[in-house]
Amino acid sequence: MTDSTSITLSPADQQPEVIAEPPLLQLRNRSLHYGNQTVLCDISLTIRAGEKVALVGPSGAGKSSLLVVLHELAPALTALCPQNGGLVEVLSVYQNMFMGGLQRYGTLASLWNLVRPLPSAVAELESLAARLGLDEKLWNSVDRLSGGQRQRVTIGRALFRRQPLLLADEPVSALDPLQATSLLTYLLEQHQTAVVSLHNRQLALELFDRVVVMHNGKILHDGPSAELSPEQLDELYRYQES
Amino acid sequence: MTLTLPTLLRPARSTALALVQVTLILIAVALICIPFADLQLHQVDPWHELGLIGYGLITPHWSDVTVLVEAVGLTVAFALLAVTIAVPLGLLMAVYFHWRWLRMLAAAIRSVHELFWGLLFMQLFGLSATTGLLAILIPYCGVFAKVFAEIIEQQPPQPGATLDPASSRLLRYAYSLIPQALPSMLHYVRYRFECALRSSAILGFIGLPTLGFHLETAFKQGQYSEAAAVLWLFLLMIASVRYWLKPVLILPWLLVSIWLLPANPVPVSLDLAWQFVSVDLWPSSLRSGDWAGFGSWLWRLLSEQAIPGILETLYLTQMALALTALIILLLWPLASRRLVSGPAWTGGRFILLVLRSTPEMVMAFVFLLLFGPSGLPAVLALALHNGGLISFLIANGSEIDRHQQQRPDDPQGLLRLAYLENPRQYPAMLALLFYRWEVILRESAMMGILGIATLGFYIDSAFSEIRFDRAFFLIIITALLNIGVDAIARRLRQRYLPQTSRSSDNELT
Repeated sequence: MTDSTSITLSPADQQPEVIAEPPLLQLRNRSLHYGNQTVLCDISLTIRAGEKVALVGPSGAGKSSLLVVLHELAPALTALCPQNGGLVEVLSVYQNMFMGGLQRYGTLASLWNLVRPLPSAVAELESLAARLGLDEKLWNSVDRLSGGQRQRVTIGRALFRRQPLLLADEPVSALDPLQATSLLTYLLEQHQTAVVSLHNRQLALELFDRVVVMHNGKILHDGPSAELSPEQLDELYRYQES
Repeated sequence: MTLTLPTLLRPARSTALALVQVTLILIAVALICIPFADLQLHQVDPWHELGLIGYGLITPHWSDVTVLVEAVGLTVAFALLAVTIAVPLGLLMAVYFHWRWLRMLAAAIRSVHELFWGLLFMQLFGLSATTGLLAILIPYCGVFAKVFAEIIEQQPPQPGATLDPASSRLLRYAYSLIPQALPSMLHYVRYRFECALRSSAILGFIGLPTLGFHLETAFKQGQYSEAAAVLWLFLLMIASVRYWLKPVLILPWLLVSIWLLPANPVPVSLDLAWQFVSVDLWPSSLRSGDWAGFGSWLWRLLSEQAIPGILETLYLTQMALALTALIILLLWPLASRRLVSGPAWTGGRFILLVLRSTPEMVMAFVFLLLFGPSGLPAVLALALHNGGLISFLIANGSEIDRHQQQRPDDPQGLLRLAYLENPRQYPAMLALLFYRWEVILRESAMMGILGIATLGFYIDSAFSEIRFDRAFFLIIITALLNIGVDAIARRLRQRYLPQTSRSSDNELT
């Protein structure tokens, strides 16, 4: 990637100054190594409250690592939706989603909830499960669900966190296109600020107001989605492949 | 959650629910056993005795070092030689494990406890090296055969498929499956050697001059400092196996072992052996074809000894099983880095090391001194030893993030235990418990030797009354009971825990 291309690459630290909100998350020249492998290289990034940021780029570009680093900046404000889900196989959909609310309910109530589900939480999670299309499965254990259903449980846990910031890693990759659009829209509505990694470039342009393109642990492009056409985005992808 | 039989037989919607149901049944069965089992406390003041034992534990002392060194040497010698002979025999059996009769033979010989084998061979060979070796060697052959066959079964078949199908089975195995399975098999042999050290030590309880002999003598005479010296030495020996049993040292150790073995005091006469096998082991009525006499012999033995013995053995087994589950739930979190750290973790590991390394028999013996002769010492000893062993494996399993399930926002502390770690480890825990069920049964039968009225008590009495026909019959009954429980446990495992992998469980057979 030493060659320059026809596309204008905006420097990472040059943020669109339209939004007046103060920075919510800020990274300055951050790098991350696993052993002798560099997964994040000199990243500078500012996320402001209210922004909906799509993180795109090929596998191994560093999207997941960037989300991990961002999560460390404000764990208490974050609803996390990691790719592995971290579900507990033998527990029900209800308990797996309830885990998002452990802090709100406190230790004693949460422990009792394992013995007898708390009525208030049941009411809340029943409606959440219905929104996610999981109402039939609320009391099934997660090990009996399909990949798409499991992914919706992970989304459910993030939603039950009830936090202003969403950090999601490929949250809808296992869902059909219609469901993916609908649930992603809902996720973005429910969180004031969101940084979501995606493979689907079309969704990135349609649902988000800012797109960050990553490649080889670096930010290749960062700008408003309105200023990016699908063709330009495709070209950024092709540039990476060459 | 209603506990009716039909809901139990139907696969539940939630795995957690099914596991909870199995656990509740386990506990319910144990509770039902309580009023029937002999759990009386005989000792009026166990605290005084406990104080003395506790003081002994911190003031270990032994005057005649040569005796102790000799006992350590013999304990190692029996274990090492028995395992060395049992491994190739077991492997050979594993190769031909598709023969039904061989599988049954393996099941039969491993279902009889080492001590019962010891008691049998003692009648023929006296308190000799042969008795000690055979007592460990024979059941271990059966165990190695089964576990090796399971490990071999898990190997990919492709390498073997490229070999000439006309070559012999043994040759094909030797060139494909056995080398493939070698690392897992060696790992298992290493674990099994530790078990053999325990077996060898407790053979002292029937008179062989291993560590258990000195332990029993010292305890019986109330010399708790001496007993503690033996116990600590034994634990140290087990904890340090990997340092003194390096591959290059095995051959020298073997030679030393052979040199250490005591001479056979009883010349083995073939006539005598034949007389024992063909005559002594069978009731005289059966030999003379007196069917009515045999009927009344059988009836008396069943009603007076076998059935009460079976029931007491089962009561104690079920109570020990439920208590083991409880102990695991309490102990394993203390030894997992996911839940504790620093000195707490080290402390937890140490407790587990002591619990799993101390033979059940020794623990039961100590508890007998405290509580008097009843089922209680047996239940406590079985539950603590097995709880320590399974907790150790569960704690190890929890520290490996096999499926990369960890999230940065996972809860910590008590909630982490309740919501993540316990539910994740629970299936493995139950599977291990079912694996151990048969072992607990075998051990609780054997503890009769200490005077608890399980099957072993009647077997031991029959031997000391020189009624070999009774002893032999009761040993067969014990073996059948074992095989039955093993079959039930396997069914339960397949039904409720199909997802737990088999390979990791070999540690337990």
